[in-house]
Amino acid sequence: MLKVEHLTKMFGGLAAVNDVSVEFEAGKINAIIGPNGAGKSTFFNLISGLHQPTSGRILLDGEDVTRMPCDQVARLGVGRTFQTTNLFEQATVLDNLIVGHRLRTKSGLWDVLINSQRLQREEKAARDKAMEALDFVGLTNVAGKFIADITQEERKRVAFALALATDPKIVLLDEPAAGINPEETEGFATLMRKMVDNGLTVCLIEHKMDMIMSLADKIMVLDHGEKIAEGTAEEVRNNPVVIEAYLGGDEDAAA
Amino acid sequence: MLFKLGAMLMTPGAKLALLVFAIVFPFLASNEYQVYVMASAFVWAIAVYGLNIITGFCGQLNLAHGGFFAIGAYTLGLLTADAGWSFWPAFVAALVVTAVLGFFVGIVSLRLKEHYFAIFTLCVGFIIYLLIDKWEELTHGPIGVRDIAEPYGFGLVDFTETTPFYYLVLAFLVFAIWFMGRLSRSLLGRTFIAIRNGDELAQSLGINLMRNKVLAFVLSTTYAGLAGALYAGMVRFIGPEEANIVHTFDMITYLLVGGIGTITGPLLGTVGIVWITQSLQFLEEYRMIIFGPLLVLLVIFFPRGITGSFLTWMHRKAQSVAPEKKRTESKVTTTRTREAENNA
Repeated sequence: MLKVEHLTKMFGGLAAVNDVSVEFEAGKINAIIGPNGAGKSTFFNLISGLHQPTSGRILLDGEDVTRMPCDQVARLGVGRTFQTTNLFEQATVLDNLIVGHRLRTKSGLWDVLINSQRLQREEKAARDKAMEALDFVGLTNVAGKFIADITQEERKRVAFALALATDPKIVLLDEPAAGINPEETEGFATLMRKMVDNGLTVCLIEHKMDMIMSLADKIMVLDHGEKIAEGTAEEVRNNPVVIEAYLGGDEDAAA
Repeated sequence: MLFKLGAMLMTPGAKLALLVFAIVFPFLASNEYQVYVMASAFVWAIAVYGLNIITGFCGQLNLAHGGFFAIGAYTLGLLTADAGWSFWPAFVAALVVTAVLGFFVGIVSLRLKEHYFAIFTLCVGFIIYLLIDKWEELTHGPIGVRDIAEPYGFGLVDFTETTPFYYLVLAFLVFAIWFMGRLSRSLLGRTFIAIRNGDELAQSLGINLMRNKVLAFVLSTTYAGLAGALYAGMVRFIGPEEANIVHTFDMITYLLVGGIGTITGPLLGTVGIVWITQSLQFLEEYRMIIFGPLLVLLVIFFPRGITGSFLTWMHRKAQSVAPEKKRTESKVTTTRTREAENNA
């Protein structure tokens, strides 16, 4: 599904992501973990085309997307969420979601001027898609509320729905469970399983270990921009290098 | 009670009433000067609608807007006064020139983000002013352009009279608002709003930033050019002062007071402030003593302007009224309010 080969991103002299190779299989939940500053978000930014890598290759279903601009990568089916999502606060949840399907539509200025058939058709499709995404994340009851008036957890679900409205093949979720309570976290785990059941590939960054360990099919561990381990939850949990990175700061402290 | 009144204001009927008022205004006015003031307010309103597209919807603070207004005015002025063109071809040329210049300025300036973009366009605006002021062979410099042709009415109307010209401006204003309304509800308008929410999120939704920003910029400069050309046709004498940065800040004030990113806001803000300014004329420069605090209070208590704050209040009210009634009923109310909001 998504194959990354020797990916490196340098910021000045600092390697934020250093020679990372990994493959994410379709229909699986893949997790990326690692201490703060390990380069996890940068890794996502490289895949989604927000940043251009210094070297290495990114293949999506065999197609080279390494140098592609972000909007084209999105059109090829990479949806994503951010740690914080800025939405239009004084507009309804539904209104915020309609634009999610924009990348599958073609209407331009002329269509707006003459209110063309195509525009009407596409706007209906976008609205339907937004409703479908809202239904998927379980938020149809707040469709008419302003973003400013919904809870933090609902906001996170709206961000999910927005990514889903783009009709992605793979979704990159940047800390979906940050800042929400354990019960809500369980709800998000269920939601991610539901995504996979519906044929999506999920790739997430997360710090909540309980959730990751029970949820992820495959875990990649980054530390200082390098991949230090990958495998199932069991393999990663017992990997001495991982334990070292998370718990044993002794050598770092000494040096 | 207030809520019901508000709901009435959001119906299409209220829009129609507003239009009828604008149409009968010349007959209600006590003198020709009032009609003239209203016409000039409408001209500025058209320019403010342009600013609303790039700044209100697309979120890019364009400080060269007054410059493009002046370019529209000067294109019409120079083509009619010096090149001997008649009004309407020069009018079309003014739109084309501002659109084309907008495109080229856009593809350069929109590479910058946020305040860098604002500072860059501030400079562009000043360069436009300098060019108009110093390039005397072309623009006559500080002397300005006289003898600008009046719009001819194809033998039907005489636009040199104030009242017919008022209706001409009104027609363009109605078109400008109509297009704005249609744009804001369309997928294209939603695309602009997505860019305002954030570049990165918009990109990750598959939106081509540059293409959409340039489109919004060109639309806004064309609006400015339209307003500028109408202005030149109305006053028939223009000078470098039309490109003064003060005009840009005036327009931003109109936009903020009326409601940035809304459909009726630019009209309310512009017409309201122009008339307040007129009625405080006797205070001369001291009127700023009243204006300043008024503006500060408005920004503190109504950050989204008159229209924006009103719409938010109406929506909240509709949401809180809803649970008291049955579920099915509440759905009807909210959809109705939403439709009304779209109309407003």
